[in-house]
Amino acid sequence: MEKTINITLKIWRQKGPKAQGGFQTYKLDKVSTDCSFLEMLDILNEQLINKGEEPIAFDHDCREGICGMCSLYINGHPHGPDTQVTTCQLHMRKFKDGETITIEPWRSAGFPVIRDLMVDRGAYDKIIQAGGYVNVNTGGVPDANSTPISKIDADEAMDSASCIGCGACAAACKNGSAMLFVSAKVSQLALLPQGRVEAAARAKAMVAKMDEVGFGNCTNTRQCEAECPKGISISNIARLNREFLKATLKS
Amino acid sequence: MAELNAKIPAGPLAEKWTNYKAHQKLVNPSNKRRLDIIVVGTGLAGGSAAASLGELGFNVLNFCIQDSPRRAHSIAAQGGINAAKNYQNDGDSVYRLFYDTIKGGDYRAREANVHRLAEVSGSIIDQCVAQGVPFAREYGGLLDNRSFGGAQVSRTFYAKGQTGQQLLLGAYSALSRQVNKGNVKMFTRHEMLDVVIIDGRARGIIARNLITGKIERFSAHAVVIATGGYGNTFFLSTNAMASNGSAAIQCYHKGACFANPAFAQIHPTCVPQHGDFQSKLTLMSESLRNDGRIWVPKKKEDAEAIRAGKLKGADIKEEDRDYYLERRYPAFGNLVPRDVASRAAKERCDAGFGVNATGLAVFLDFSAAINRLGKDVVEARYGNLFQMYEKIVDENPYETPMMIYPAIHYTMGGLWVDYELMTNVQGLFAIGEANFSDHGANRLGASALMQGLADGYFILPYTIQNYLADQIQVPRFSTDLKEFNEAEKAVNDKITKLMNIKGKSSVDSLHKELGHIMWNYVGMGRTKEGLDIGLKKLAELKKKFWSDLFIPGDKNDFNTELDKALRLSDFIEIGELMALDSLSRNESCGGHFREEYQTPEGEALRDDEHYAYASCWKYAGADKTPEMIKEDLTYEFIHRQTRNYKS
Ligand SMILES: Cc1cc2nc3c(=O)[nH]c(=O)nc-3n(C[C@H](O)[C@H](O)[C@H](O)COP(=O)(O)OP(=O)(O)OC[C@H]3O[C@@H](n4cnc5c(N)ncnc54)[C@H](O)[C@@H]3O)c2cc1C
Ligand code: SF4
Ligand code: FES
Repeated sequence: MEKTINITLKIWRQKGPKAQGGFQTYKLDKVSTDCSFLEMLDILNEQLINKGEEPIAFDHDCREGICGMCSLYINGHPHGPDTQVTTCQLHMRKFKDGETITIEPWRSAGFPVIRDLMVDRGAYDKIIQAGGYVNVNTGGVPDANSTPISKIDADEAMDSASCIGCGACAAACKNGSAMLFVSAKVSQLALLPQGRVEAAARAKAMVAKMDEVGFGNCTNTRQCEAECPKGISISNIARLNREFLKATLKS
Repeated sequence: MAELNAKIPAGPLAEKWTNYKAHQKLVNPSNKRRLDIIVVGTGLAGGSAAASLGELGFNVLNFCIQDSPRRAHSIAAQGGINAAKNYQNDGDSVYRLFYDTIKGGDYRAREANVHRLAEVSGSIIDQCVAQGVPFAREYGGLLDNRSFGGAQVSRTFYAKGQTGQQLLLGAYSALSRQVNKGNVKMFTRHEMLDVVIIDGRARGIIARNLITGKIERFSAHAVVIATGGYGNTFFLSTNAMASNGSAAIQCYHKGACFANPAFAQIHPTCVPQHGDFQSKLTLMSESLRNDGRIWVPKKKEDAEAIRAGKLKGADIKEEDRDYYLERRYPAFGNLVPRDVASRAAKERCDAGFGVNATGLAVFLDFSAAINRLGKDVVEARYGNLFQMYEKIVDENPYETPMMIYPAIHYTMGGLWVDYELMTNVQGLFAIGEANFSDHGANRLGASALMQGLADGYFILPYTIQNYLADQIQVPRFSTDLKEFNEAEKAVNDKITKLMNIKGKSSVDSLHKELGHIMWNYVGMGRTKEGLDIGLKKLAELKKKFWSDLFIPGDKNDFNTELDKALRLSDFIEIGELMALDSLSRNESCGGHFREEYQTPEGEALRDDEHYAYASCWKYAGADKTPEMIKEDLTYEFIHRQTRNYKS
């Protein structure tokens, strides 16, 4: 049933990549608990605009947990306190009346701030460009049913493929490592016969790119897994390490 | 009056595409490198096209609004993709998929295009599997299928409830590969604001860098629009927040026809609206209708008690439930096409049987499926959708029936294109949801993904060469040409004008007003009277927009309010086109339901004698009524019938 709550928001504001940022405090009254977290920010922005001020910049698009566009570090957690949801799926019923909520952008060397709560995640695209694919052209491929794939492998590949590229894993990691993201793609393709052929080379190319674009090393703190909105398991990292080892042995 | 030539190849239906490919002009490999192609959009259509054109060796410039091509709205598609593989051996064929699509579209699509779509559908699945798309499989290791509305076979391939995501990530991976090879240059967070025409041909675009606010120019030998649909005209829709119709309107202003704007799809199964603060509506995939049964209480007093919170859906006895789709359409039951299911829900709610506090909802119930299959099976099939529902509504759909209501979802109308997917402006192509081509007046479930990928992987990469073959002598264009100066100036003037209004209304508040007008007067049940009122209200809103809008911030900087205002000015124009088109079509067909034209049983009454055409609107200047050009739809191969999903 709908209730309303009054909240205080401490929000990171920063005019541009090089500008000095800082927290600003806003009060918001009578927020419906049926509101999503981003709808709550919409309400705040509408109030700011009506006062002639610039709205708070944040990334979002699908608002149903699939595009990976939304981010936000809420009360110390990427995507907020609820488990296995993105910020856009978080609802205000998870917060208490009178609560102070702190909202920051992803903080990671690989994701520079663009403005306010918005960061540049182009580095993830660069990692995929380095090898996150099967080398096939359009057309001239075999019939889809010509290679049976065990349901178990297909389902596992699907679990890895559920990664939405949001960046919460690197944002959660004290080393700023993107290993969970990289390993999810490496695993998905390594589990399927179509991607198996290039698995080791792919792992090597993607990890090299990951290092190059400024992400840190993985020391198995498992923070990424705990905060991933899609439940991507760190067993993917073990698979990545195996493929990586194969590649280094080969070369 | 101007004429539109669809350029449909001669010959028997099933041979047209083969013949076309055999005789079309091609560009040789060394010349491809000298030709630039702009692709606007990175969804299934734009992403697959940019990747495939890059593979062929063209020099591709690819644009999108989001921070990564992987985030295009296609990512949100849930249920599946159709293909005539007949893997289930249940009688499917290219012809049957073609026929179902034509019939589902209420006989308002072009035969030749739809047949080609069905022909290439199988290759899409092959391609995706080769890319590593993890489609659902049976225990034997072969691909699994499910059923979607408007079909009596199982031809829908899926990847859990995340089919669009997996297909888009496949296209994105192919695209990333071409970016790595240097064949495609990506421009993310860049929004197209105009198309540049030189000597009657599309030769470039003007775009705004959404981070810096800078206006930039790009030239090319051809421009491909793959910018998706205009469902957000209604403010609340299942589309992503940045989905918009602006690129289509920009092309329309430059002479391209906008076809069938009235044909918009209202999806029957969405989470009902709950408050004014709401920013979007969430779809619950059509695949749920495979196992979910739709009902409302038989007795008004039960419905009233549910609305008042005194009874719950689960309290209503079996014999007091009205499974109205099964009752009205025994042959297709819960799997009737979307337009039919949406209207039936509205009919029951209007008659006072709706549930939820608002009375604007019906039940989608899984208790029978859970009893028959077990909770585990239901969870394996729909787990992520159930979770999504629970997060929004805070109710557990395994225990209480879901509540759903129709919402705007997809737009069949769009830029008019010929058989080659070229608009009536030379060198300007449109693919995916942005064009009008294949779904007629109503799209069947799981067919948008099919069309987007068909266009991008297997059709445009051929047909665009027939155009470009004549262009190999044309050198690259300088962006200093006067046509670029003029286009950029027009864009800057519009932005300055918007910033200088300095009124009191925010963009969102005006967009919500637009949404109310559209839903109330140009929505599920349209009448002449209502449309007249709607047009009047739209004109008033336009005036208010241009006199009372307020945009904070700077025009030469990052400014999301300015981005949204530019889109809203085009949405208002699309709203007008939708209303005009609805008014001109004195019949009911597919997603377009005019209440004056219905059978005594409340079914859509089509008028083939007078309205068997695509209505193509040509811009006539600001504040002038556009001209309507008809493309007659001649059916050579199949016989038009009244759609019947009863028996
Ligand atoms: C919730 C939901 C579920 C769906 N489920 C299914 C399903 O199960 N099966 C099915 O077949 N269909 C489904 N559909 C429909 C289908 O997803 C869409 O029709 C299809 O994905 C559209 O693809 P597209 O490539 O044409 O456009 P989009 O995916 O919308 O991509 C548009 C692209 O254009 C870019 N763009 C737009 N304007 C500009 C501009 N001015 N400048 C620069 N770039 C621009 C965007 O950034 C984006 O990259 C669903 C739709 C929704 C909303
Ligand atoms: S692994 Fe999880 S947290 Fe990391 S990008 Fe993917 S979905 Fe986000
Ligand atoms: S807005 Fe798309 S995942 Fe949150």
